[in-house]
Order: sequence, then C-alpha cells, then structure tokens
Amino acid sequence: MPQPTLDVRNLQTHFFTRDGVAKAVEDVSFSLGSGEVLGLVGESGSGKTVTGFSILGLVDPPGEVVGGEILFKGRNLLKLSEEEMRNVRGNHLAMVFQDPMMTLNPVLRIDTQMIEAIQAHQKVGTDVARERARDALGKVGIASPDERLRAYPHQFSGGMRQRVAIAIALLNQPELIIADEPTTALDVTIQGQILHEVQRLCRETGTALIWITHDLAVVAGLAERICVMYAGRIVETGSVDEVLDRPLHPYSKGLIESVPSHNQRGRRLNQIPGMTPSLLSLPEGCAFRTRCPIADVECRRLPSLHEAETERRIFCHHPQRETA
Amino acid sequence: MSSLLETRELSKRFVKHLDFAAKLARKLGANVQEEVVQAVDQVNLDIRQGEVVGLVGESGCGKSTFGRMVTGILPPSAGTIHYNGKDISNAASPEGHAAALKIQMIFQDPFASLNPRMRVRDIIGEAPRIHGLLEGQSQDEYVANMLEKVGLDASYSGRYPHQFSGGQRQRLGVARALAVQPEFLVCDEAVAALDVSIQAQVLNLFMDLREQLNLTYLFISHDLSVVEHISNRVLIMYLGRVVESAPTEDMFHSPNHPYTQALLNEVPRLDLRKRQYTPVAGEIPSPLNPPTGCHFHPRCPHATSKCHTEIPQLKGIAPDRQSACFLNETP
Repeated sequence: MPQPTLDVRNLQTHFFTRDGVAKAVEDVSFSLGSGEVLGLVGESGSGKTVTGFSILGLVDPPGEVVGGEILFKGRNLLKLSEEEMRNVRGNHLAMVFQDPMMTLNPVLRIDTQMIEAIQAHQKVGTDVARERARDALGKVGIASPDERLRAYPHQFSGGMRQRVAIAIALLNQPELIIADEPTTALDVTIQGQILHEVQRLCRETGTALIWITHDLAVVAGLAERICVMYAGRIVETGSVDEVLDRPLHPYSKGLIESVPSHNQRGRRLNQIPGMTPSLLSLPEGCAFRTRCPIADVECRRLPSLHEAETERRIFCHHPQRETA
Repeated sequence: MSSLLETRELSKRFVKHLDFAAKLARKLGANVQEEVVQAVDQVNLDIRQGEVVGLVGESGCGKSTFGRMVTGILPPSAGTIHYNGKDISNAASPEGHAAALKIQMIFQDPFASLNPRMRVRDIIGEAPRIHGLLEGQSQDEYVANMLEKVGLDASYSGRYPHQFSGGQRQRLGVARALAVQPEFLVCDEAVAALDVSIQAQVLNLFMDLREQLNLTYLFISHDLSVVEHISNRVLIMYLGRVVESAPTEDMFHSPNHPYTQALLNEVPRLDLRKRQYTPVAGEIPSPLNPPTGCHFHPRCPHATSKCHTEIPQLKGIAPDRQSACFLNETP
C-alpha cells in the first residue's frame, strides 16, 4: 500500500476554558491518499472545523493539540517548529474557509495578495509570479483573469471571491487542500459551479481534498469516503455508498433520515430527539447515549472505534445491522 | 374556492435618493441618476386556506421582500394585497391593522430576531396582553400554553434568549408568532440557520401546527429539498419575477422553465453519488441593472433574439401550472 498523503492518528485537541476542558477533538483518526476526496460531516460543535485547524496548526489558545500524530507524507506535523510549519502551510497544505473575506485582505488588490503567497514560498520574479497567479485564476473559471487580477476583493461577487480563495489555495500546487464549508454561504447554482471546478481540479492535479460540511447531500455527490463526527469523535467512517445507504451508527442513521428527500414528501421527518450536548458536560460513556433510541446500560461505558466490516469503522456498542 | 391571500401585480421598488452633493452635481450638469432596484416585479399570487406555498429563489431575487410586504412590514410600491377579500395594502388602514395580527412572520436568524434583554414571558406574552387576547388567563398561563405547543418546557418562561440553543430559539420565534393567534404564517428561511437534526424537528413542528391550528403557510426558502418536503405548491422567482408556478409534484417531476430546470439540476441529493456537476454558466445579474427582456436570457441555453427584447408573461401551460417562457409558445 502506498504511503497515504495524510495520516491522522488519535488526534486530540482540547480547549482549556474557565468552565473546564472542552474536548473539541478526541481520538480522531483517518487517512487519505493522493487524489482522494474525504467528506468530514457533522453538525455545529462536532469538532470538524477544529480537526481541520489542528492539521494546519492553526489552533490558538486556549485550544491546544494535546495528543496524537498528524503524519503528512510520513512527517509528523506536530513535531515541526513554527518556522518549518510555515513552510508547509500554504506550500504543501492549504485551506479554503467558509467566508472568503476571511482569506482575502479587503484593502489589497488580488494580484498583490496572490504574488505575495507565491513569493513567500518560492524565489521567483514578480512577472513569473503574476503569470502563475493569472493561470490559477483561469483554472478556477474566472473570465478575463488579466483584468480581474487588478481588482479588489469587494469588486467580486460571493461566488467569485470563493473562486479566488480556491485559486490562492492552489497557487503552490499543494498535495492537500482542506475545504471548510466553502459553499455553505453560496447560492445553489453558484455552489454547483464551485463543485464542478473542485471536482475537475482534484482529478487533474491529484490533489487530496478534505471537504468539511454539514450537508450530507454535497458529500454524497463529491466524496469517496466519509467520516461522520459527533461531539468531537468520529462515530462512523466508510465509503460514501456504504455509509449513506446502510448507516451502522444510530447517529448517522438518524442524521440521514432527517434530511428531507423526495420519496417522503409531506410525511413527518424522522427526527433525532434532544439537542447536541455541550462539550463541557458530555454524558458519560457514549456521548450520543442520551439521544439514542437503542441506548442501554452498556452505553454508559465508552465504546471503541472498531472495524465493523471491511473498511468500515464504527464507534458504537450496537451497530444497526438489520436496518431494512 | 376563494383565496385567503391574493396579491395582484404587487411590486416593490427601492430607490436610493440623491444626497445634497449628488443633487448639486446634477445641477452643474453631471450625469448622476437615482439608483432604482425593482426588487419585486408585478407578482400575482393566490394562496388558499390551509395551503403551504413554497417560494424559492436565489439571493437577491426578492422573495424576502415579497414576504415582508405580505406581512405588512414593508409598504408595496404598487399593486394590491387582499386578505380574506379585504384590501390590506395600506398597513395603517383598519383592515391592514386587523390583518397584521392574523399574518405573522417567522424570521431566519433566531439569534437576531429575539430581544436579548427580554425574558421569554415578555417576548411571547407582550403582544397578546396588549391586544387583549389573554381571555381571563394570566399572562404566565398563556405563555406556558404557548411554550407547550411548540415543544418547550413551561418552566423556561423566566429565561433570557441567550440561555437557549438555536433550535429552541427558533421554537420561541414560532411561539411568539402563534401567541397572537394568527391564521397565516410567513416563514422566511425559518430553518436555514439550523443543524440538520434540529431542522427536522422544526419542520415537523410546522407540519403538526398546521394540522392542529389549521394554519396557512408561505414558506420562503432557497433550499429546494425543504420546500419540496413541506409545500403543496411552489413558486420560483428570479430577479423579482415569478418564472414558474406549479404543484410541488409536477414542479419537481417535470420542471418547465429553463431556470427551474437548471436549479433542480444543481441540487445536491443524497441518492446521487460521484456525480458530474454541469453548472449553469454565469452569475446572478445585479438587480440594479437587470438584463432586458427575460431576466434569465444571458444564462439560458435556449435563449433566442426574442428573449433579449420582450418580457415573457406568466402563462398557463397545464391545469394549475404557469410558466414565463417563450419556449412554451407554439411557433
């Protein structure tokens, strides 16, 4: 088996707040190879964004990565100095955020920002850098990139800004892009355009992609494998088809059934009772226990993430095998 | 059957008036124009008692503005709104006042739509007290009733909004709307800000309330799967105009207007895996300077020269179905 691009092992990121320790990411492991698309799905507060931030080394106090390993092409990113990490970040690893205005500086022209990003990692002349910036804009489907380079971020629409943000992430041909809800704020037709470009780019350049989202339907159309997160832990992983068609964990099952789909129009949706628990006061044992329809005494004991079937791991004492 | 709510050629224009400097510049011969946005352009809509009508469109298409005019929050620029046969276009008229209670709105952001400095008992209880709807009950009893209706514990009435989660706050918003005993609810992106599992809870609540209280809904959303789930009939808006209207089943089974087709194509679905996205080209044009003729023609794969110059009218194409497209005209 070839070495995976990214191998995350038992990652733990905790936030030390005044009210106690919030275990935002607890014992998270996954890996992905070159050109692969992994969907990281969960509701707000499930730790999916913090996982992305941990990989890039962007967790600020009171948060801290307290355990585990993040192996990027065999190198543990957690052991790198800040200087070395800066070299990796933006060069080999890149992130696209939900709000493109978070990536773009509103008072600098697009070309200034893009050329800066290139020259931070490579010794090239401004003319060469500008050419590469222009090519990157063209790649993400921006018309007349030469003129658009001279524009300011406010002169772009929301969808265009997100394209620019993706173009900046692509500048140094990274091996891995982490995309954190990049289409959530966009309209359906614009989202379709972005998904189209991203799909094409991953296929053409072999870039691995982690797509963080709460929208199961987007992941269904894009990813090969999926990780479902709940309260800081991965509760189920597997191929998209397997997980969506035959969820084993009661949470993923509930989540999938609560998405309105066209074959159950007008009927009551299957809802998960209760709400996401606060990370500061998680139930003992399985965190989903209090909302789970099949929980019993055994669930007071912490389950382990075990291989339920080939290529499928699940964090539950009672996998839902007979779901028909 | 007669309609509960009826709008005729309802329009809203937003005009940015010139300030002193701009007026002066114009006096001196500069070419300065007032900026006008036609947010809603001659929308006709009939909603029958008990119906759930979905209003779908992308950002800037005027769907929220339309909802706000129906609720009486924004005065229309032209056209009329009739509720139960009475003209309520003027919110200050006695008819408008009466309808203002009967038509309530539920807003998108449950964090911005509740006053953070009021307790639940006042958020929900203030309006019914002022309008004399308590009918002998104390305000606390009334509020407790309302909280129970939306699935919240009655003991929460002393709390402030920040003590609730997003889904609970949206329930509070629903309880506040229901407190004045409305017949008609306008839900403006009411579940857009909620997590999937919470969204399912709130959608179920809407459907339960509809049965219990015999409510009628105008459900405004950009999320097609939510609208498909809850509505009987769907209207699609593009840049201020309704481009297609049909019963939900027909709309999703055989969309007629090219924009509807494109929109439905783009919706990610759970049962479509590893798909090739084939997006509609182009961006949504600025409403400040909309395209001539059919607003959709610059992005439409079937556009002809006629679409550049003439505005297509919304015409019946089948029983209960309307579409605004020249392609439906037999040549």
